[in-house]
Amino acid sequence: MTKAEIVQALYSRVGGFSKKETADLVDHVFDMLKQTLARGEKIKISGFGNFVLRDKRQRPGRNPQTGDAIHISERRVLTFKPSQVLKSVLNPRVPSLNPTGQTNPTRPSMPRPMASVSNATSVSKS
Amino acid sequence: MTKSELIDAIAARGLTKARAEMVVNCVFDSMGEALERGDGIEIRGFGSFTVRPYKPYAGRNPRTGVPVSVPAKRLPFFKVGKELKELVNSSRNHAITGGDD
Repeated sequence: MTKAEIVQALYSRVGGFSKKETADLVDHVFDMLKQTLARGEKIKISGFGNFVLRDKRQRPGRNPQTGDAIHISERRVLTFKPSQVLKSVLNPRVPSLNPTGQTNPTRPSMPRPMASVSNATSVSKS
Repeated sequence: MTKSELIDAIAARGLTKARAEMVVNCVFDSMGEALERGDGIEIRGFGSFTVRPYKPYAGRNPRTGVPVSVPAKRLPFFKVGKELKELVNSSRNHAITGGDD
């Protein structure tokens, strides 16, 4: 999927915007995400995941190709932590295969995860 | 920044909050649906998402030490784009705000 396909999806699902406006809106969404991360601020999108910044200390490393020892400078990196909702969408479970009786949604197929979901699904990692 | 703050920022472009909410939801919904289908997502200047398969393995409950079998699963993986990677690293003089979860 490319940005153009996201634009297409938005255009067909949310009426009232021209193609150009739709494209501008999608650009704006990703620009906002970028600017926020560039300020050193993390992003939490409930139902999708969190974009988290981590500061890494300098450390010795190796060139995996040559095996040469190299110095890896300290840096800030970005990682994505998928939400429980997104993870369960990618892993639909047949209820009978889940003997633990845990609340394991059977194929939520991207439900509309409004505020309640974020705390409801804070299941500790197994 | 949370999703609702993102919605506010989009609404600041002159659409109603309800419309902005539909826009933001639709963007992330369509991305989630692509991943659900096993499709990757590529956003130039931002990064790409791929779906990675993981094999089942025998794990342990880290608190109790009780062995559990972890079934095979698929997880989304985000690879930061070059431009964003550099932007993020050059933000090091700013403190990380928003705390840790």
